Amino acid sequence: MFKTSVEIMTEWDIVEARQIGRQEAKMLGFNTVDQARITTAISELARNIYLYAEVGTIEIERIETEGEKRIIITAVDKGPGIQDVRKVMQDGYSTSGGLGAGIPGVNRLMDSMVIQSNVGEGTTIKTEKWLR
Amino acid sequence: MKQLETQYKKMLMDYITYQSEKNLYIAQNFTRQLIQKNVAPEDVVGIHKNVMKEILPQTSNEEQHAYDFLIEVMVQYGMTHRAHQSLLQKQAEYDMEMKIAADIQKTLLKTIVPQLANVDIGMVSIPIRKMNGDYVHFLAEDKKYVCVAVTDVIGKGVPAALCMSMVKYGLETLEYTYKEPPYVLEIINRVIEKSVDDSMFVSMFYGYFDIQKSTFSYASAGHEPALHYSAKNNQFSTLEAKGLLLGVLPDTKYAFNEVTIEENDIIIIMTDGVTEFRFHDDFNARDLITTIIEKNKFLSAQQLCTLLYEQIEQMQDFKLSDDFTVVIIKK
Repeated sequence: MFKTSVEIMTEWDIVEARQIGRQEAKMLGFNTVDQARITTAISELARNIYLYAEVGTIEIERIETEGEKRIIITAVDKGPGIQDVRKVMQDGYSTSGGLGAGIPGVNRLMDSMVIQSNVGEGTTIKTEKWLR
Repeated sequence: MKQLETQYKKMLMDYITYQSEKNLYIAQNFTRQLIQKNVAPEDVVGIHKNVMKEILPQTSNEEQHAYDFLIEVMVQYGMTHRAHQSLLQKQAEYDMEMKIAADIQKTLLKTIVPQLANVDIGMVSIPIRKMNGDYVHFLAEDKKYVCVAVTDVIGKGVPAALCMSMVKYGLETLEYTYKEPPYVLEIINRVIEKSVDDSMFVSMFYGYFDIQKSTFSYASAGHEPALHYSAKNNQFSTLEAKGLLLGVLPDTKYAFNEVTIEENDIIIIMTDGVTEFRFHDDFNARDLITTIIEKNKFLSAQQLCTLLYEQIEQMQDFKLSDDFTVVIIKK
């Protein structure tokens, strides 16, 4: 297992998180299209932090065990939190409330997603993609 | 994906060789297949990139980078495309639910027009959307009386329909008070005020036609005034009645009004969907209605209602802006 984390404070940090994500995805053996998907997912999550939580981190984990290869992206922030997680997962919600932007899209780019959030404390979004 | 790539490769090679319209037509059909299989746009670019590398091995590194760039761009499109698709699916589900709800409403709020020996009654009620915001309720006993409530919920669609069920329930539980129009409105007003959202208002015209005494008493809660055609005088009068919309204040009082009905008289009760003319601001809808009725007064009540609907719909270029309901009672 290999884990990197990038603190997101400026837009350049988004670029850095993307870069690390792409490297790790490539190392695991994801093809170009999947690399682009993983990077876009990272970008969306980092952008949400940058726009709505102001400060947070993106963690990128590369898991390589026998017969299983996957990448885990975790976005952690101490932002305002999400009141109704179920709503954020719905398409079309992004227009009405801050943090929802692109979450269902990220969910579709990746294979799994878990959101934990407490209002006033922050949000953790963990998403994974397996190499097939 | 590998199989699609093989197909794509063959098609692309054919096109590069012949550049015929047939090749492009085949490509179009193939695209249809891709969309059916939910293949994302970025995957298509990925396939193209791989195929290019196979069929033109001399492709430069720069070109391969350019494809990678395009893939990045297409991922974003793909995301939007998939969101769109999931919304379409959701919409189909909503449409289905809506259809079921509309069917339930139709059964629930079905109006049966009473067939009486001495009084001719007709009705037309056409919703502009799936669900009707107008509702007509009759209560009658042959040779004795007929009551009619014509209601219009301010607001449309599902909320209006739900509110209407409440009105119907209220009207059905009136029992022996149906003879007093102001009292009926006061009861329904309390039901609505208590149980329906603040933003929901209902207008209602309630009439009680005493067949033996030949009087028509009525009250109105902010509803479009009804019309009375007197055959003897060959003229129309407006059955106006003051009263607040239902559901605004809990203790609203309504005024009692009464007219005498003579042989061949006609009463026309309608909702504002009948009198509202979108494209003709200065147009007097009531003049049109009275002209149509006067000219065709020998038709049956039902024929008159249908005629009114047809003529007004035509006047409005078949684009009515509101639910259309008219009830006609002829003695």
